[in-house]
Amino acid sequence: MAAEKAAHGAEGGLALDPMHQFEIVRHIPIKFVGIDASFTNSSLWMVISVAVISIILLSGSRKLIPGRLQSVGELGYEFIANMVRDTMGNEGRKFFPFIFTLFMFVLATNMLGMVPYSFTVTSHIIVTFTLAMTVFIGATIFGFYKNGLGYLKLFAPDGVPIVMLPLLIVIEVISYLSRPISLSVRLFANMMAGHTMLKVFGAFVVALGWMGVVPLAVMVAFTGLEVLIAFLQAFVFAILSCMYINDALHPHH
Amino acid sequence: MEADAAKLIGAGIAAVAMAGAGVGIGNIFGSYLQGALRNPAAAASQQTNLFIGFALAEATGLFGLLISFILLFGV
Repeated sequence: MAAEKAAHGAEGGLALDPMHQFEIVRHIPIKFVGIDASFTNSSLWMVISVAVISIILLSGSRKLIPGRLQSVGELGYEFIANMVRDTMGNEGRKFFPFIFTLFMFVLATNMLGMVPYSFTVTSHIIVTFTLAMTVFIGATIFGFYKNGLGYLKLFAPDGVPIVMLPLLIVIEVISYLSRPISLSVRLFANMMAGHTMLKVFGAFVVALGWMGVVPLAVMVAFTGLEVLIAFLQAFVFAILSCMYINDALHPHH
Repeated sequence: MEADAAKLIGAGIAAVAMAGAGVGIGNIFGSYLQGALRNPAAAASQQTNLFIGFALAEATGLFGLLISFILLFGV
């Protein structure tokens, strides 16, 4: 890779490296029992995201007629509460805090990633994979806790001919095990590809000089699209988590 | 063939998987619009299913993109 980068620099084409924005920088190096637990720019932006969520949700007044900040909080609450009720039914209400936290964290990190010169936490697969694994392991343990071994019926739907069962069980197990991968890769790839694309197109604007006005207009549209995707992916992440927990709640579909 | 060149070509071929995701996503939103224009009253209630279908269709394509990322930056 180093040789490739040097070659690019020598050509003098795109001087901006689109992957530079994903670099992890240690701000405060911390060694914890041999593990590198440094406070990086990723950690910093996670803290900022949590701070922004806290400011929006906590600093608003609690009036009967909400102000602007309180409205935002109430809107988010109602949105997620409706989604949880629609996908999981009344039984799923106890998972509302978890889903709300998940949605708000992913949304805040995605949106703060759109700020120029910021760092997109969700563009690293380790972050999204940890979130997805939390949902997956939690849902699996809860499914066995609630249904006992009956949870395994999830892999063998009712009304399937006996001949088909061996094949179907294999397929269902594979699709179940690939859930955390697809959940994490979707968010990570969307954020990473989107930000790389913005950077590459941004380099076109710079390279074209005054003619760069044309790609600049496209850039504005793409930035709007990226904001939409940032919201959509947070929503999709939350709703698929709901679906997985719903499978644990009601394994008979 | 040089190994580096083969890696880049492989990454390019792996990214073709996104074409399938594009077809799938277009199909989902197209079908949704068709249904929604025929019966606008039922459109809002199906939005959850729309986004689940969208997410599932996109995931299959993104697996290919992931392979391409691994080839470019991982191996």
